[in-house]
Amino acid sequence: MIRLEKRPTPSQAWTWATPVLAVLLTMLAGGLMFALLGKDPVAAIKIIFYDPLFNPQFAAYSRPQLLVKAGPLILIAVGLAMGFRAGIWNIGAEGQYIMGAIFGAAVGLAMYPSDSWMIFPAMVIAGAFGGFLWAMIPAVLKVVFGTNEILVSLLLVYVAEKLMAAMALGPLRNPEGGGFPGSRNFQGYPAASNPELFPNSGMHWGVVAAIIAVIFGYILLSRHLMGYHIRLAGQSPRAARFGGVSPARLVIFCLGFGGALAGLAGIFEVTGPAGQITTSFNTGYGFTAIIVAFLGRLNPIGILLAGLLMALTYIGGELASFMLGLPSAAIQAFQGMLLFFLLGVDVLSNFRIKIGREGHA
Amino acid sequence: MLRRTFLLATAAVVGLASAAMAQNGPVKVGFIYVGPKNDGGWSQHHHEAAMEMADYYGDKVELIEQESVPEGADAERVLTQMALSGANIIFTTSFGYMDPTINVAKKFPKVKFEHATGYKTAENVGVYSARFYEGRAVQGYLAGKMTKTNKVGYIASFPIPEVIRGINSSYIAAKKVNPDIQFSVIWAYTWFDPAKESDAAQALIEQGADVILQHTDSTAPQAAAQKAGNVYTFGQASDMAEFAPMPRISSIIDVWAPYYISRVGAVIDGTWVSDNTWDGIGAGMVGIGEISSAVPEDVKAEAEALKEEIATGAYHPFTGPLNKQDGSVWLAEGEIADDGTLAGMNFYVEGLTGDIPQ
Repeated sequence: MIRLEKRPTPSQAWTWATPVLAVLLTMLAGGLMFALLGKDPVAAIKIIFYDPLFNPQFAAYSRPQLLVKAGPLILIAVGLAMGFRAGIWNIGAEGQYIMGAIFGAAVGLAMYPSDSWMIFPAMVIAGAFGGFLWAMIPAVLKVVFGTNEILVSLLLVYVAEKLMAAMALGPLRNPEGGGFPGSRNFQGYPAASNPELFPNSGMHWGVVAAIIAVIFGYILLSRHLMGYHIRLAGQSPRAARFGGVSPARLVIFCLGFGGALAGLAGIFEVTGPAGQITTSFNTGYGFTAIIVAFLGRLNPIGILLAGLLMALTYIGGELASFMLGLPSAAIQAFQGMLLFFLLGVDVLSNFRIKIGREGHA
Repeated sequence: MLRRTFLLATAAVVGLASAAMAQNGPVKVGFIYVGPKNDGGWSQHHHEAAMEMADYYGDKVELIEQESVPEGADAERVLTQMALSGANIIFTTSFGYMDPTINVAKKFPKVKFEHATGYKTAENVGVYSARFYEGRAVQGYLAGKMTKTNKVGYIASFPIPEVIRGINSSYIAAKKVNPDIQFSVIWAYTWFDPAKESDAAQALIEQGADVILQHTDSTAPQAAAQKAGNVYTFGQASDMAEFAPMPRISSIIDVWAPYYISRVGAVIDGTWVSDNTWDGIGAGMVGIGEISSAVPEDVKAEAEALKEEIATGAYHPFTGPLNKQDGSVWLAEGEIADDGTLAGMNFYVEGLTGDIPQ
């Protein structure tokens, strides 16, 4: 008979081993799925995990692309992790990401065609502010009226999407775009653009910001009083309250911080890889970042690695998709398995598996 | 210095890879789609046409496809990876792929690109689109003849020239045969969303519309019309023949395969040059699905005559006298709209009510 026995404290070793185990299980189950689809599972797994990094045909291009894809995921996930640790569930990073892009882009487009050096920094600040503002809606509603931040933040994603479509078709539409929706392309407006810092490196300001966020997040959580409050509130809300942690302040801080980082991701993306506000600008970074945050154990360093791994499954998944003719839904299922197995094997860090009869007391 | 050598090295690798691939073996043809390959609409049609092209050439062609590619940065990456994998020609089948296509084409001068529905060309980038407005004129004629309430509902997708052109074209044709006709347009802001399309169709039917035109790709409006009873619809993108003879009385079908066969053929022969193709009923890029038995014989005959006139070029759906919605003169008696104005159309013609969302 197999029993689960709760560990007195979560196992350190398993906390770090479970992500690896989850990846291996995903490879197994994913391979089985690919085989059932009639594709060579070994080739598929190799293309997903090996080719973007080491295949000479692709690697020179794919490796920098990992940074491009992982940058926004890491930036958003670090912000989300703060809240998740404190038990504050911001599910609407996608909306905050969109609002950051809109706020920042609007500042830049309003200045067109000025070439002042101040434009880009102003856009970045506006972007962070946009995301912060959008996150303040669920935060204030929670603090004042006790609403559920999961629901409010999630539903505001759809509001933000509508707003973005309206912007792409209305105020921010490119007046020289021949009537098509979409803003000016920032790639053609150097003062407001966020290009690669070194050619072919994949490094743009958003990636730099993601790395800074990881360091900052790590220090905040492990060295700063606020980080202590966050951890305390997550582990034992009652003790936190007795210890003088203000729940309201924590809600405002966690949602605001997450929103600002998501907003930053949005402005760096719209001025960089995406180039313009369109009706379909957002591609789900805000939601995928939730997976990344958990995959990285809500730890900034872990999130850095998890973001890169997630980016690898995207880029390798695309390669597998067109080289082997895999449906894109299979790749999405593969990514979903990753979270599923992670949460599944998570039980090992909190419980011990006991084999044998249950003793009677 | 270091940066430059790195760049040169990368360029050399890239150049070698594509050159080596192009010489021997089958021509590698790439397609990227904005939706899933089985979306039942726009992407599925491109995919099926790609398959038809691949069947036509057999082992002379290797087809690689990527579905559900978001427009923007992701498209640029997928295109680059396809080019790196040795593709000789890549078809990018959605408007939003325009800038990514141009960007990637710059990096791979030897790879040919074909972008659907855009307007930016380059030495190795051609564009192609279909004159769907020609089919819309036939639909407008049928709508004007078939309606009893004189109210036509129109499910529009996005306020872009392509869609506005369709609304204008069908309205002009409907108004010609039925001066009392009224159009109400609902903007669904989607190309394919059965739930939204169904809501839109129901709203239009409740407002008294008994003919529904759609610029969205699902059959949800057909299902809503079937439930309501005496409401006519038209297939969009595909024939939607499963709803014939009622409520589907005709359709506009996207026919891409002949174009794909001819363009890939040009790559095989080495005769490919960048082009700007905008073909209609005459060239066979726009198909008109069979007009069903629900339409009286004489109306059907006249609709088919109109289709013939458009196909041969004897009649242009945008022929003056036509005024803009604000009453200003657009086309004088007998004047025909030029392609430039049509391509960027952002106004309603006189008689249409409501505003184009700005």
